[in-house]
Amino acid sequence: MNEGTAPKRLVDRLLAINAWVLYVFFYAPILVLIFFSFNDNNNVAIWTQASFRWYGEMFQNDNVTSALRNSLIVAFFSTIVSTVIGTLLAIALERYRFRGRGALDGLAYLPIIIPDVTMAVMLLIFFFQAFGIIDDLLGVRLNTGLLTITLAHIAFSISFVAVVVRARLAQLDDSLEEAAADLYAGRWQAFRKVTLPLIAPGVAGGALLALTLSLDDVVVTQFVSGSGATTLPVYVFGLVRRGVTPLINAVSTVMLVASMVLVGISLGFQRGAEARGQRLADPEVLKLEMATD
Amino acid sequence: MEPAGSEPRDGLMTLAPVTPELEQAAIRAESRRGLLIALPATVYLVLFFAIPLILVFVYSFATRSSTGQTVLANWNLESYQRLFSPDVLAIFVRSLLRAALTTAICLFFSYPFAYYIATRSPRVRNLMLIFVMIPFWSNFLVRTYAWRVLLGSDGPLSQLSQSMGGEPIRLLFTNTAVLIGLVYGFMPFMVLPLYAALERMDWRLVEAARDLYADGWTAFRKVTLPLSMPGVVAGSILVFIPSLGAYVTPALLGGAKTVGIGDYIVSQFLAARNWPFGSALSFGVMFVMLLATVYYFRAGAKTL
Repeated sequence: MNEGTAPKRLVDRLLAINAWVLYVFFYAPILVLIFFSFNDNNNVAIWTQASFRWYGEMFQNDNVTSALRNSLIVAFFSTIVSTVIGTLLAIALERYRFRGRGALDGLAYLPIIIPDVTMAVMLLIFFFQAFGIIDDLLGVRLNTGLLTITLAHIAFSISFVAVVVRARLAQLDDSLEEAAADLYAGRWQAFRKVTLPLIAPGVAGGALLALTLSLDDVVVTQFVSGSGATTLPVYVFGLVRRGVTPLINAVSTVMLVASMVLVGISLGFQRGAEARGQRLADPEVLKLEMATD
Repeated sequence: MEPAGSEPRDGLMTLAPVTPELEQAAIRAESRRGLLIALPATVYLVLFFAIPLILVFVYSFATRSSTGQTVLANWNLESYQRLFSPDVLAIFVRSLLRAALTTAICLFFSYPFAYYIATRSPRVRNLMLIFVMIPFWSNFLVRTYAWRVLLGSDGPLSQLSQSMGGEPIRLLFTNTAVLIGLVYGFMPFMVLPLYAALERMDWRLVEAARDLYADGWTAFRKVTLPLSMPGVVAGSILVFIPSLGAYVTPALLGGAKTVGIGDYIVSQFLAARNWPFGSALSFGVMFVMLLATVYYFRAGAKTL
């Protein structure tokens, strides 16, 4: 290698400075936000003294707590359904040849590249039209609400889950699955004992992505939520448009901390699943796993 | 390497000769199984994605009644003609320029950043990446809101500037504020693919160039940059597309003079109640995105 020359050291220093500037850029806004959420003053930016006043008010505010509850309900169901459907989609596209596979592959990618504003417009018109037809045929008047929000969130999450799980499936060589088949495992048994543990990090990553997408969404939810049901981001979005308040800072801080805890949990979980996957690669362990069923 | 269990299976095959009919049956069974596994996703995506997409297309040719109702009759091209009126074109141009500028700024800062991360030791590298991921996974709305706090006329930045004897900062509700918000929101989309491309790269090629007496800059230009081009293309598309259709950022940080396609579409549905025109706008933005993506892929492929 070349010995460190003067211009090389200069470049290195510039690169390091750039990195530090970017980290400040990434974190300063978040830290300022968290800092001012502990401010006692009614005015966001004028510091008086530290207090938990706004956190107290937050949990007494019925709008906030009901929006939070709605968010959690929607995210829970949307994550489970889209993870199951998305994982199945990934397995079908990655491991099977069937008629219409190419078309489905294209259809599955579209929700990822389509702008969320367009997605919102699509689902608004769809529910409007579908509810009209249901009303005409059955005389039942349906309204938008938590159900439509959940259905919409599943619609844009499936593809993201499928992409993450597919990436994982593509990394695995299928010799392990074949080995399980040679050990006279049934298809389902081979899937449950070998494939599923091996793709678990991908499935977990996909589920986390679905959860984040659901908890993040503003636009689509705003379009398909009725007057009765709103989620926390949509409620906060409405508040922010009217102005900045310390209460929003407190709610935002809670949302930030929650997402960081989620990431922490998922990183830990992925490590664990990774270790399990490594273990399965050992033929003796594989035989043992098959035998214990 | 041969799969460990290939021998006994070959043995079985010689016991039962594979006839073409048997093979056909196996392929058909496999196809049926694949269809069955894909069925839930197919049904869901057709019902809640393909049909809605077709509906928007149909709506874009419909008429708006004087009361704001959409009349599914008198099909016409009026909504599409309106896309070419000067005020709508101005909004498209503003969005395009803003998205292009966002992409350029992200690329300018992210490339050296990703390069720096990729050339650290594995432990430092992982730590640096985790600290990029944390804001990436944090709530987008909250991160945008943080800039509203920061940039306010009585916000911390303004106070800092005034305490140093400067002017109060009046950036909020301007195009600059929206640009900052977009760069902040989408920067990780640029850093991660760039890092992935640089990390995968075979650094021995750079050493080889240096051994052939290329100076640092030439080695970078002739070896590193071309090899990292897939990351540049992927990152640029990942930043450009959401910036173009952005709604939350202009809505929170922008004002009347910063309207982009995203917030314009939303206003057609939630305020102006002109669904046919809003539908035509949606297809307009998708068309522009498709063009930009294809163009970018071509340009990226050419430099490879």
